Amino acid sequence: MIDHRGLRELESESIEILREAIAGARRPVMMYSTGKDSSVMLHMARKAFYPAQPPFPLLHVDTTWKFREMVNHRDRMAAESGMELIVHTNQEGLAAGVDPFTHGSSYYTDVMKTQALKQALDQHQFDVVLGGARRDEEKSRAKERVFSFRAAGHRWEPKAQRPELWNLYNTHIHSDESMRVFPISNWTELDVWQYIAQEDIPIVALYFARMRPVVQRAGTWIMRDDERLPLAPGEVPQMRKVRFRTLGCYPLSGAIESEASTLDQIIAETFAARSSERQGRLIDSDQPGSMEKKKQEGYF
Amino acid sequence: MDAATGKGTLRFITCGSVDDGKSTLIGRLLFDAKSILDDQIQALVNDSRTYGTQGERIDLALLVDGLQAEREQGITIDVAYRFFATEQRRFVVADTPGHEEYTRNMATGASSAQLAVILVDARKGVLTQTRRHSRIVAMMGIRHVVLAVNKMDLVRYDRAVFDRIDAQYRAFAADLGFASIQSMALSALEGDNVFTASGNTPWYRGPTLMSYLNAFEIDAPVLAASFRMPVQSVNRPNADFRGLCGRVAQGEVRPGDRIKVLPSSVQTQIASIVVWQEELEAAASGDSITVTLRDEVAVGRGDMLVAADDPPEVADQFEARLLWMSKQPLLPGRAYLFKLNTQEVTASVTDIKYREDIDSGSQLAARTLALNEIARVNLSLARPVVFAPYSDNRTLGGFILIDKLSFETVAAGMLVFALRRASNIHWQALTIDRAARAASLRQSPRCIWFTGLSGSGKSTIANLLERRLHAQGLHTYLLDGDNVRHGLNRDLGFTEAERVENIRRVAEVAKLMLDAGLIVLVSFISPFRADREMARSLFNEGEFLEVFVDASLAACEQRDPKGLYAKARRGELKNFTGIDSPYEAPLAPEVHLQSTSTAPEMLAEQIAQRLEIKP
Repeated sequence: MIDHRGLRELESESIEILREAIAGARRPVMMYSTGKDSSVMLHMARKAFYPAQPPFPLLHVDTTWKFREMVNHRDRMAAESGMELIVHTNQEGLAAGVDPFTHGSSYYTDVMKTQALKQALDQHQFDVVLGGARRDEEKSRAKERVFSFRAAGHRWEPKAQRPELWNLYNTHIHSDESMRVFPISNWTELDVWQYIAQEDIPIVALYFARMRPVVQRAGTWIMRDDERLPLAPGEVPQMRKVRFRTLGCYPLSGAIESEASTLDQIIAETFAARSSERQGRLIDSDQPGSMEKKKQEGYF
Repeated sequence: MDAATGKGTLRFITCGSVDDGKSTLIGRLLFDAKSILDDQIQALVNDSRTYGTQGERIDLALLVDGLQAEREQGITIDVAYRFFATEQRRFVVADTPGHEEYTRNMATGASSAQLAVILVDARKGVLTQTRRHSRIVAMMGIRHVVLAVNKMDLVRYDRAVFDRIDAQYRAFAADLGFASIQSMALSALEGDNVFTASGNTPWYRGPTLMSYLNAFEIDAPVLAASFRMPVQSVNRPNADFRGLCGRVAQGEVRPGDRIKVLPSSVQTQIASIVVWQEELEAAASGDSITVTLRDEVAVGRGDMLVAADDPPEVADQFEARLLWMSKQPLLPGRAYLFKLNTQEVTASVTDIKYREDIDSGSQLAARTLALNEIARVNLSLARPVVFAPYSDNRTLGGFILIDKLSFETVAAGMLVFALRRASNIHWQALTIDRAARAASLRQSPRCIWFTGLSGSGKSTIANLLERRLHAQGLHTYLLDGDNVRHGLNRDLGFTEAERVENIRRVAEVAKLMLDAGLIVLVSFISPFRADREMARSLFNEGEFLEVFVDASLAACEQRDPKGLYAKARRGELKNFTGIDSPYEAPLAPEVHLQSTSTAPEMLAEQIAQRLEIKP
């Protein structure tokens, strides 16, 4: 069932990219959100530099609205890998009480994710930032380079991107510029799941179908991970067997009803899926050209 | 999926002139391969109402044109990568732009592809862009082409139209060296012959596009090709482990194999192949691995591990093909960064042999190259690299050039062969060396490089400094811009390319004079930073002093000792620095002189203070 040859090609390409990124970096960092793509990235980073530790820390931008299970998984994996973990929260946003409900998902994402990320990158002077974005996720990402050049202020200019030929990456940047590097650009959602199965990579249990307390919002199921999720008068969370195809902030991550409680079942379901994985992501469609705009402002 | 394991991923590109329907064709492939999911179809229906070019119908092109500017203008700007799978294999398709100004993105898409689908609008036939893209496809080493004669519905599925275009294209492509050309009669919009054979073209006997892609056999790597692995990094977590990381570019490797490290040519054996917590019995082309060696030998990033009994060539002078990708023109003689797999060295184009007319293929004379131009050039590298011709191996022969100051990727190139010149003209080792000559003159040779606007006072200060040094009994020579242009450089004008050559020659002369033991003063406007950096790179650390004679343009123009500014303002003098040609001020000169506020004698004294010239 699993395309081992295809996965080996993908893994080799990703490891080559990871090593190139590090060879040209002054101060690299890897984004670690604890999602399935991050889990694959962490696993390959450990493989690429084995037996040495990957020569960079992990960075988690904590909006304080992540699923509790994600936070636990994050701490467990950091401890197991022995890598340094940097957790950053936008303290001004937190003090101002910015949340996904009263301020809207667009403003919330800008303050608690995009601005928070820029704060962390500036504070630690990271020049090369490894991320788990894939070209099959979203249309503007299909146009993204593997080495995505960011001008001063982390700005992404689609027209200023460097041509990438063969596996030759131009890693040179000036001191106020930076690089976002996407080693799994050419993977699909199905590749990610098959690789997780092949390599037996630990993932957050939220990806497996379980009975969970959910409410219906904007045509999707939102899990009530804690009592901060406001309920309409008379609304009672119901228990449904659901799982998540992508994970982010819990009030913005839609679950799907599913019976898939093993990796094999997830792979079978992904094969047969009739909707895309980002369908549950509310922030992708909150304005026209949403993702492209967020990226220009520095969103990952 | 098991079948996919056997066939391997097929990477292909679609290209062709604007509006030939590339994006629509990919949209059709994705749509019919059921790679478009329900929520994406709903978004497509909505988008088609806003941006669609197909009236009430779904506009499939909107599936791939992801950037807002593309959707609003209805064109493809940047290369997009799409992924889909059939029962037979995985596909990666690069949708590349048709507009001429984005040709470099098309070459990017072609660089990793094994097959090209070249679209032609049945109503228009073979156009300039069709020819241009075919040449780039051939140059990038793609050997198999599908000629997709699209929009057959708009010519009433007329066989004569198809046959005419097929013949026209084959005649044109005869000398491009494609191994196969498969012509197809399609309508991406209607789906004719994309997934299913069309009833509208009963005369068409060829395969559908999808059945062709499924069955396509990727060219097998050359049998028994010898092992090569460029070293990406050295992995040394502790004193007991020293691994070399890289991706195998060719051949196979096993523990015990005898290998050479190039360019040092040291021989040793592979001890182990380490990947994660296991050791491998063997690794092959395409695998990312870490190897350990039997002996402690010096190896670093940029070296290459190769089969000991069949090492590749090492050279520093090449004939290469170049696609220029920058808005700034190529300037022969200027120093660029040359990156070939993990090897990175300074290089310059010494000669443009000819520019290739992309349309006719004819060879044209050229002194520079502009954006999207292709040429055959001679390249000279600061030190030798390990290589194979691009036609043998893309990884070992494909390179990029990077601008040293902006770090922009300015060119993609392909090594054709090494020029014998370098290996035949050996450096003559002389018995009396530079140190001996300097010692007999009892001084430390220096190059003092004056740069600044015309009229800033360079020559005056350089002259005063030389008099002062001469009075101390030191041996000097002053190379003055005007004087050199009367002799050595009398054949050069003032275009950007000629200015680069002007500086290159003077820098080389200064270098010879330094070898002779002299203190050389160079007084040239030398307006471009890159060329001064090139000059600096010829000398050892500490030998080169950049002196920036800083005076405002207004001050120089007021002074105008030779009346040149007045002439330039009247339009009688072209390319005059400061007027219609730029001056790039030094960022970190060794000496920075403000020549408007201080007397030249004082300024010369300042430089003298900086010099420590006794041996």
